[in-house]
Amino acid sequence: MSEAALATRGLNMRFGSLAVAQGIDISVPRGARYALIGPNGAGKTTLINMITGLLRPDSGTILLEGQDITALKTDARVKRGLARTFQINTLFPHLSALEAVTLAVSERRGEAGNWWRRLPDYSETVDEAYEILASMQLADVCLQPTHSLAYGQQRLLEIALALATKPRVLLLDEPAAGVPRNESSALFEAIARLPDDITVLFIEHDMDIVFRFASRIIVLVGGATLMEGTPAEISSDPKVREVYLGSSHTGGAHHV
Amino acid sequence: MGSQILGVLFDGFAYGMLLFLLSVGLSVTLGLMNFINLAHGAFAMIGGYATVTLMNWYGWPFLPSLPVAFVAAAIVSVVLERTLFRRLYKSDPLQQVLFTIGLVFVVSAAAAYLFTTAVQPVRVPDYLRGSVEALGVTFGIYRIFLIAVALVITAFLVAGLEYTRFGAMVRAAVDNQRMASGLGINVETVFAITFALGSGLAGLGGALSIEIVGLDPSFAFHYLVYMLIVVAVGGLGSIRGSFVAATLLGLADVAGKYYVPELGAFLIYVLMIGILFFVPLGLFGKRA
Amino acid sequence: MTTATESSATKPSASVDPRAFLKRQTRWSVFEVLFWLATLSPFFLFETYLSLASQIAITALFAVSLDLILGYAGIISLGHAVFFGVGAYTAGIVSKYGWGEPISGLFIAAAAAAIVGYLTSFIIVRVQHLALLMITLGLGFIAVEIANSADWLTGGADGLLGVETWPVLGIWDFDLWGKTAYGFALVVLFILFVVSRRLVHSPFGLSLRGIRENAVRMPAIGAPNPRRLQKVYVISAAIAGVAGALLTQTTEFASLEVLGFQRSADLAIILILGGTGRLYGAIIGAIIFMVARDQLADMNPQYWYFWIGLLLMAVVLFLPDGILGGLTRLVPARWRKP
Repeated sequence: MSEAALATRGLNMRFGSLAVAQGIDISVPRGARYALIGPNGAGKTTLINMITGLLRPDSGTILLEGQDITALKTDARVKRGLARTFQINTLFPHLSALEAVTLAVSERRGEAGNWWRRLPDYSETVDEAYEILASMQLADVCLQPTHSLAYGQQRLLEIALALATKPRVLLLDEPAAGVPRNESSALFEAIARLPDDITVLFIEHDMDIVFRFASRIIVLVGGATLMEGTPAEISSDPKVREVYLGSSHTGGAHHV
Repeated sequence: MGSQILGVLFDGFAYGMLLFLLSVGLSVTLGLMNFINLAHGAFAMIGGYATVTLMNWYGWPFLPSLPVAFVAAAIVSVVLERTLFRRLYKSDPLQQVLFTIGLVFVVSAAAAYLFTTAVQPVRVPDYLRGSVEALGVTFGIYRIFLIAVALVITAFLVAGLEYTRFGAMVRAAVDNQRMASGLGINVETVFAITFALGSGLAGLGGALSIEIVGLDPSFAFHYLVYMLIVVAVGGLGSIRGSFVAATLLGLADVAGKYYVPELGAFLIYVLMIGILFFVPLGLFGKRA
Repeated sequence: MTTATESSATKPSASVDPRAFLKRQTRWSVFEVLFWLATLSPFFLFETYLSLASQIAITALFAVSLDLILGYAGIISLGHAVFFGVGAYTAGIVSKYGWGEPISGLFIAAAAAAIVGYLTSFIIVRVQHLALLMITLGLGFIAVEIANSADWLTGGADGLLGVETWPVLGIWDFDLWGKTAYGFALVVLFILFVVSRRLVHSPFGLSLRGIRENAVRMPAIGAPNPRRLQKVYVISAAIAGVAGALLTQTTEFASLEVLGFQRSADLAIILILGGTGRLYGAIIGAIIFMVARDQLADMNPQYWYFWIGLLLMAVVLFLPDGILGGLTRLVPARWRKP
């Protein structure tokens, strides 16, 4: 069996008396498309925050392609190929989309510390940024300041920024959050077109989308993994049904 | 020797209580709205000048002028809050800093115009003058009075915050503003009331401080620095933090001036920077 | 699944040319050329104001240094005079003890300020918001106390006497009229402005704007924020040090006032008046502030601050981008830089 692209071992974390992670063990093989689901407050975003280094777990380890990255800072993890997007747009409002992605590319290429050469002189960097934007259907609007983009375009820019770091593992925290249903599947089509060697773990509430785009699903409840399996296994599992129907009568529940 | 230390500790504690009264409102309002209000010192000064005006121009006695100092500062502050400050809650900190500093300049200049730049004389009543001796230490009666007032107010604040409905709303809003408004708390109103109360306390502190440190138009700025140290070191939005930090600052300042006068204010700033380096959010702070 | 990011190299469509867009932003505009030509006017039109003009140039340089950290990187400082003061005293002390060559003096002063900047940068990048304000404020007060108590070196409250500046390049002596002073200050301002402009338009400058715009996102795209902030802080400190050194060299005197809070506060006012994050705002702010103060010099300082206070409040409420930002809005969009 090949080494997992991303794995956690026994992640624990508490906020005061609230346990937000209890012995989380996950293992995502290279190139896989995993979905992370669970009711609100299950600790999904917290898990992503721990994996990317925004939060520090109380105990446990995080492995990226077999290497222990638990002690690394967020930016060092990104340099090793672990990127993410945010559930709530976390962009640069007054930079143009082009500048934002160029920034991310130049960080990756180790050029962002250079304070003497002008930005347009880095033509490869700029061209690469433009290509990434084009691949996300943002070419036409890439000169506009981010805050003036339509909401759905900002969601795409979230992904473009993450792609600019050339990730080997990509964590998507509800990439389609707030996007109308008919647009969200187009957004996931774009994600599905990502190169096969990128490993993807995404959080999503819409079960139709989860079943369409995930090869396997991890169910998180109360900061612990309830179960993991293929879409078919998950959809027929009584425990999962109970958690979803018991906790909420709206949202994604009735799609199960 | 021992009695001398005790005397310094007493004076330092009294000074710390004064700083607490001056600062606690700023801490709570900063914790509520994240609004950096450098005009807080100006509100304290308004309280001071209200007392001076009543006593020297209208012949009021000292004690009745104190509540007026409170009310004057509270009213001026809440009017400014409703008309001007509220426009800046979403602005970046520098805009808030410069706007409120601009207000300090204006208020100080107005004070200089109305009252001249001279230090204002105030005669506290005889029963608050003089001192008592115990254990070979001289305790100034005015400082005892100051400590008593501060402790009573602290008790009221803590009780009000812990046991009243309004206090619960303030705590909720400090903890998480979005959730508080989700629960139906009118955060703006809570803030306006808290702002008035906090500024009123500063006004009271300003009136009480005349006897100890004097009052002139530079007061607003000079004591602002002390207030900000208290808030930053204590942590935003924390009454307990303000109390501890004010006490520390009062003790350090008085002891520093007494034992190592050649260092001047050096000691305080080094202490502050040291504390903030290790706990950037302050001793009792939860968030920036 | 097909690969989209790399292979399908989309050709720039006719309407969008990314490189040309970025190039346009870095190009010198007509306004800029005219502006710098206008800075020569004191030599011909306002000869009696040459010494004021050199004060303005020095203050403008100081304001540009603050704009780099505040306008671009978002670090608020109420103690930037520390670096101005370190530069001023360093240049003065070097000159007093026998080396009055001005150009090397600037380099020495820049190095000294950069070292102090580097040492303090470790504290600066750890804190935000109120704590940052308080730490920069505290560092300023501490610097004054140190300079005051080290009177054997700095002259303490009496100021540093005996500074003598040699002629620039051995040719231009610092005359009574301030011709050399202004010429020297202006050349240094221009050179360091070009350097700052270059920095702002570099990838490093972009990453600073990134930190200002969203400090949370930056690490998530692989940027080490603290290191970037430390770097710009040191560069800014060095430029502030040069400004301080220029003041000492042109006035042949340095006093505690070069370090004081007043100078830091005035600087913040200048920058907000002119407008942050646009470099020229720093210069425009310096011109307006210094000329106004010169014209109103007879006014009681209390009342001077009354008007400054009112002006500050008005600018924050009605011109949040500063005077230059307000002017920019009057210019047709196609002449404007995005």
